[in-house]
Amino acid sequence: MSFISDYIYYFGAFGLIFIGLYIILVKRNLIKVIIGLSILETGVNLFLISVGYIGSGTAPIFSKPGLKASSMVDPVPQALVLTAIVIGVAVLALALSLAIRVYRHFGTLNLRKIKEQRW
Amino acid sequence: MRRIVSLILLAVVAVGVALSLSRIPFGTPKTRVGEYYIREGRKETGAVNIVTAVVVNYRGFDTLGEVTVLFTAAVGVGAVLQLFGGKSKYIKRRPASLILRTGCRFLFPLILLVGAYIFIHGHLTPGGGFQGGAVVASAYLLFYLGCRERRISEEATQAVESLSGLVFLVVGVLGLFAGGYFLLNFLPKGDPGSLLSAGVIPVIYIAIGFKVGSELAGIIDKLMEETE
Amino acid sequence: MIFVSILIIFMLAGAISASVFKNLINSVIALALVSLIAAILFYILQAPDVAMAEAAIGTGLTTAIFLITIRRTERTEE
Repeated sequence: MSFISDYIYYFGAFGLIFIGLYIILVKRNLIKVIIGLSILETGVNLFLISVGYIGSGTAPIFSKPGLKASSMVDPVPQALVLTAIVIGVAVLALALSLAIRVYRHFGTLNLRKIKEQRW
Repeated sequence: MRRIVSLILLAVVAVGVALSLSRIPFGTPKTRVGEYYIREGRKETGAVNIVTAVVVNYRGFDTLGEVTVLFTAAVGVGAVLQLFGGKSKYIKRRPASLILRTGCRFLFPLILLVGAYIFIHGHLTPGGGFQGGAVVASAYLLFYLGCRERRISEEATQAVESLSGLVFLVVGVLGLFAGGYFLLNFLPKGDPGSLLSAGVIPVIYIAIGFKVGSELAGIIDKLMEETE
Repeated sequence: MIFVSILIIFMLAGAISASVFKNLINSVIALALVSLIAAILFYILQAPDVAMAEAAIGTGLTTAIFLITIRRTERTEE
């Protein structure tokens, strides 16, 4: 039982990654696939931040004078995840504009019908 | 058939992941470079927010790469959604209700002010350029949804975006001339905790805030325009 | 600990329902729920910068961009 209570953040992050992977592999609508991609990215970011957590630490900001340096969480994964979130939204915007273009050309967003139409 | 194969594949991946995951303990310090940044960050950069010091000063080159990726995505959206032939016209749509119009006109400068506060104080409080830029883009989204008769001019948005990207690069090159390497922190460090401190970090974050805000607003504008 | 467990269960339920719903607008709102709970979990893990970024970008702008795209294409799966 303590195994679950210690690692609950890892379970949550990997649950999101698996659900995102399942949506990308199985679903047929293009916008559903893009929603799965977004869930996958959120899961990966949650996993990175939960790796950098140090037990009973505080946020890495010297807000009060006299805050000791040894009681703060790791700041490097937070910097990496900040970059990753912004790149995620950039990729999402480009993928959705490509989906609009596909819809205008083929008339449908169903991937099976698009594969059969074949230009 | 596809479902069964993918579920088996995911089960194999899950077992592998669970085996390797049991080696990563939760809540213990794992690297030493984080401790170095926390110990020396306030003296070397002058910023109080250590995450900002890592993003802009210690890893400033990665932030330049991220700004490039965002710019490429904005250019891609503009290029993919472009129409062949004549110019696109904005269709005259039914104006919004009175409550929505008044509320949007009242809230738009307030949200811009909150976004500007977030990216100006990036080195003192949690926040910074990317968060403030996203809040500014939300203000533009409110403006598009509420006051539908008026438009933000596209040329002004593109000019602000290009100029702020240029400011970031010029600051980096000035660091090359002043000290010897690109993105050197060459302005005086000042007193940690006051607004005019941390050298070149507030200048870079203000430029990034303007750039991200106008870029995301341009993406939303491009996605929302309709043609006949 | 109980609070965090309930939040993670809601987040996984939201992700599963984003996969199951047939109407695409309902899927996008479930995605916004996942982003919101992820932002709360980032704050509990002592990362306020990342929580602010995820709340502003993930919950606000991603949902808006999805809804603008769905308005220009179809609204239901298949």
